[in-house]
Amino acid sequence: MIVFGANNIISPLGWTSEENFKNILEGKTGLTIQDDKELSDVAFPVAKIKEIDIQQHLEEYPDVVGYSKLEQLCILSLKQIIANVDVKNPKTGFVFSTTKGNVDLLKEEEPGNDVYLGNTAQSIANYFGFQNTPHVISNACISGLAAIVFAKRMISSGIYDQVVLLGADILSKFIVSGFQSFQSLSAEPCKPYDANRDGLSLGEAVGSIILYKKEGEDNSGEIEVVNGAISNDANHISGPSRTGEGLYRAIQQATRNNARIDVISSHGTATPYNDDMESHAISRSGLSDVPVSGLKGYFGHTLGAAGIIESIISTMALKENVVIATKGIQQQGVVQPITVANENIATSTRELLKLMSGFGGCNAAVYFKKHE
Amino acid sequence: MPLFTLKNMSKIIKELVIEQGTVLLNGETFFKGESTEIGPFLKSLYKHLELKYGKYFKMDLLSKLGFLGAEILIDGANEIVPETDEVALVFANASSSLNTDANYQESIADIPSPAVFVYTLPNIVIGEISIRHKFYGEHMFFIQTEYNKEELLKYTESLFAETNTKYAIVGWLEVDMNNEYNAQLMLCSK
Repeated sequence: MIVFGANNIISPLGWTSEENFKNILEGKTGLTIQDDKELSDVAFPVAKIKEIDIQQHLEEYPDVVGYSKLEQLCILSLKQIIANVDVKNPKTGFVFSTTKGNVDLLKEEEPGNDVYLGNTAQSIANYFGFQNTPHVISNACISGLAAIVFAKRMISSGIYDQVVLLGADILSKFIVSGFQSFQSLSAEPCKPYDANRDGLSLGEAVGSIILYKKEGEDNSGEIEVVNGAISNDANHISGPSRTGEGLYRAIQQATRNNARIDVISSHGTATPYNDDMESHAISRSGLSDVPVSGLKGYFGHTLGAAGIIESIISTMALKENVVIATKGIQQQGVVQPITVANENIATSTRELLKLMSGFGGCNAAVYFKKHE
Repeated sequence: MPLFTLKNMSKIIKELVIEQGTVLLNGETFFKGESTEIGPFLKSLYKHLELKYGKYFKMDLLSKLGFLGAEILIDGANEIVPETDEVALVFANASSSLNTDANYQESIADIPSPAVFVYTLPNIVIGEISIRHKFYGEHMFFIQTEYNKEELLKYTESLFAETNTKYAIVGWLEVDMNNEYNAQLMLCSK
């Protein structure tokens, strides 16, 4: 059985998974209106980690100061979970998920080697002394969930006994202007599944988690990564399938038509097309009555970190028997019937489906189960 | 006949190398362009393949390279049928989408283009191949500092073992910031 172990989230909502979880249960959001010319010519809602907080955390670790901002956050996150990991063990894998890595360096005259994602991963791996070469996964917005799927398969096939997973992306003008050029950014904090939703909000975060092979009889309280799947829409490179084809297929493969899902942690970006697409895939899968919890209203869309941090929060909620409210929704308005959780619901939950979709028509689904 | 069989179960049916203006298929010259420069070379290869696919002209260089590579591998492989989730696409490179990223970065000060921005992701080539052949299957884009075939084949083996995947197009697909290119692709079967 492959289970979730120690984990950490760094986001505007906190520097540990617990702090993030607590703030989310209290309905707080990391999204604030920022007038930051480094990111955008116009003020816009965004979930940005405070520079002063980063500096404060770095005071403890002067040897991390020389790294890029992205690498600093990655190292600070991994430091929180790695104490008991044997990084020299050939059966310990390290997986780094990112959409754009240090792309902000491209604005420099001489961007240097840190723009290469492989180098970024290797610097982080070297800091901790990992023996194995890091695996780097870059699959647009599903990267973090794809990394969980990859790690699960590497453990199932006996290549690793444990995998340290890291997902990270930071805000840059590169990313912000790109989404602005698509007119996909909302002028207000995003409103997933709302009738008046008009776009996504971006965020930055780092998440890290250990996946490992658990042996022995007593599995109580464990979060099992049962199965995962990735599927393509085969329809359009920047627009999701109108029928949710790829996501529907990913759900079928991940659950093997054999799950009794209690809660869906959705992608829920709050773009008109994405949320409609998800409603198709969810209802086609016969899951219209299952509460849908979308976390973008708390974190914004954190790209390569999203699959990791949203899986951490959603599995914590599973343990606490709570379905987290989809923040930002007022009046549900998607084309197919689904049940969006618009407030925190205390209810017994055991089986969780995590969904992600992204540019390139990619979709991922992971099926988690809590052991009582 | 497979070229060789891996330790476990998968077979490599075809191998393709595209570099320096030349396409080698199973070790033999399949096409040699007049120019080795990526733009003119890919144009001549597209013409040579006698394709008529309007979407091709909108693609960035990485997508064009991967698209044409996949066309050559799939052509004549009768076991590969469209509308399937049995074909996986597993690629890697060192430069991610940096070739297009650099172009996009230059446009930011001017008018950022969504048509360029969408290609600032390495996995878009997977989307392009999937759209062309209606492949709904498993896919992954890895970044490696240098081509690590073993990593990709190990992952492909796990797809054969755990998913509906029966065939896979696997390999290296690189276009760097200096327009240097290199593709080393395999068509594998379970």
